Amino acid sequence: MSTGIDAPALPAPTPAPSPARIALGGGLARAGLALVVPAILVAIWQITTAGRPYSLIPPPAEVWAEMRDLAIGGVNDDAFSGTLWTHLSASLMRVYGGFALAAAAALPLGLLIGRVPVVRALLDPVLQILRPVPVTAWLPLAMILFGLGPRSAFFLVFLGAFYPILVNTVFGVRSVEPRLFEAAAMLGCTGPAQFARVVLPAALPSIFTGLRLGLGFAWVVIVVGEMTGVQTGLGAIIMEARQLSRTEIVICGMAVIGVAGFVSDWLVMRLGRKLLAWSPSHG
Amino acid sequence: MADPTVPILDMRAVGKTYRANGRTTEALREANLTVSRGEFVCLLGASGCGKSTLLRVAAGFEAPTSGQALMWGKPIPGPGPSRGMVFQDYGLFPWLTVRDNIGFGPKSRKRPAAEVRDIAERYISLVGLQAFADAYPHQLSGGMKQRVAIARVLANEAEVVLMDEPFGALDAMTRERLQDELLELWSRTGLTILFVTHAIEEAIFLADRIVMMSPGPGRIETVHEVDLPRRRDVSSPAFNDLRRMLAAQLHSHHAPRTATVAA
Repeated sequence: MSTGIDAPALPAPTPAPSPARIALGGGLARAGLALVVPAILVAIWQITTAGRPYSLIPPPAEVWAEMRDLAIGGVNDDAFSGTLWTHLSASLMRVYGGFALAAAAALPLGLLIGRVPVVRALLDPVLQILRPVPVTAWLPLAMILFGLGPRSAFFLVFLGAFYPILVNTVFGVRSVEPRLFEAAAMLGCTGPAQFARVVLPAALPSIFTGLRLGLGFAWVVIVVGEMTGVQTGLGAIIMEARQLSRTEIVICGMAVIGVAGFVSDWLVMRLGRKLLAWSPSHG
Repeated sequence: MADPTVPILDMRAVGKTYRANGRTTEALREANLTVSRGEFVCLLGASGCGKSTLLRVAAGFEAPTSGQALMWGKPIPGPGPSRGMVFQDYGLFPWLTVRDNIGFGPKSRKRPAAEVRDIAERYISLVGLQAFADAYPHQLSGGMKQRVAIARVLANEAEVVLMDEPFGALDAMTRERLQDELLELWSRTGLTILFVTHAIEEAIFLADRIVMMSPGPGRIETVHEVDLPRRRDVSSPAFNDLRRMLAAQLHSHHAPRTATVAA
């Protein structure tokens, strides 16, 4: 059967020039374009706030000075100076801890719900009823269950990340082509062995969508979670600054959350690209 | 295992009835068929004649509702490596390279990694895909995908290869080439092949025996021995006589349906 090869879809199996490589050429232009809208927004911010002593929103320069003070201190020398990294690392730990716990719970649960009818019948109704309850509505209950403090925040982050991961995992598992289970079975891979060798890899694109959404929600929820009597964290610093009418610190906290969320999403996406190189719609 | 008096596959009065939405459909009625080791048997018939159902019963994907499906005289318990299936839509694992698709079976059967690699290498070259060993299925043409599907079944030491219209989705040139390659492989390895098709010419070109099936309910109508010498000349008079006869038989199955359309 080694007689020749019919028209191949690709000249060779070497990977085609990836979008990333093409983007390198136009990278500068793209980065430039991405900066246009932020520049306009900052300009509007500057025009509407600078030189107005009674403005409730501080101008950009003031916020930037505060950001430097938060990060390295030496500007205001107050209680907030140089505390940014403490707050950021506290939030990071909660976000990634809660997210990791959510993934550890939602992934196996999603695989089972998607694949085993008994588990689906048992758990799906409960999970579907709990799903519409907003994470913020859990706050009072979380405070009773876990007390005032970081554990409540942790729990809320867990809850926020849990559902997107679970729902997308179940969806991914349920949309695996039945043919692949037949193919695996006739090749000698049956029963529970199919979870690792068929279900998980086939559902991976969908699972990654869930992980990305889950991590995004974790960053959304962290601020709410840290408003409950927690001493450290970006949510805590925002709440404290609000009570002291230090709006420039509030804005700094918002900006740091934005950047941190963006960077974590970028990291997950990079990982996804690597693991999903086989998929024509990812890779 | 290979007792020459026991057929490798033995279908005894196999019937299959599906129940869906309160309706029952009889897909297959009392099908009797034995396949000996090394035989190339084609199941030929129009759609709805139960040929794919019979193949899926042999694969173990479906249990017969009546009768018995035996391999080496024992009931077929379910899908397994001894009966490899080649699907029309390939059924390759999109997240695995050609090499890993072919190695999937041996790996599932817990062969050591080095052996899996050797087996994969051997069957990659058997189907001439050395240059594409590290390609993913979406990078391959239809003909190449089907080569991988055949190789992964052979790499798993299948005793019977069940093929469900495997070349149906391919263009004419690729189909002809793969038919030739399959015959060469078959004569070289002594495989047993049960091959479903609705193409008369394909059946005559490939088979030792053609099992003609008819719809409503699906059943085996006649069995034709094809004793033309190989490699068969599709333009020879004997080939054409057989083709004409089978075509007449196949068209008689369509007749009621065309009559209704005309009326």
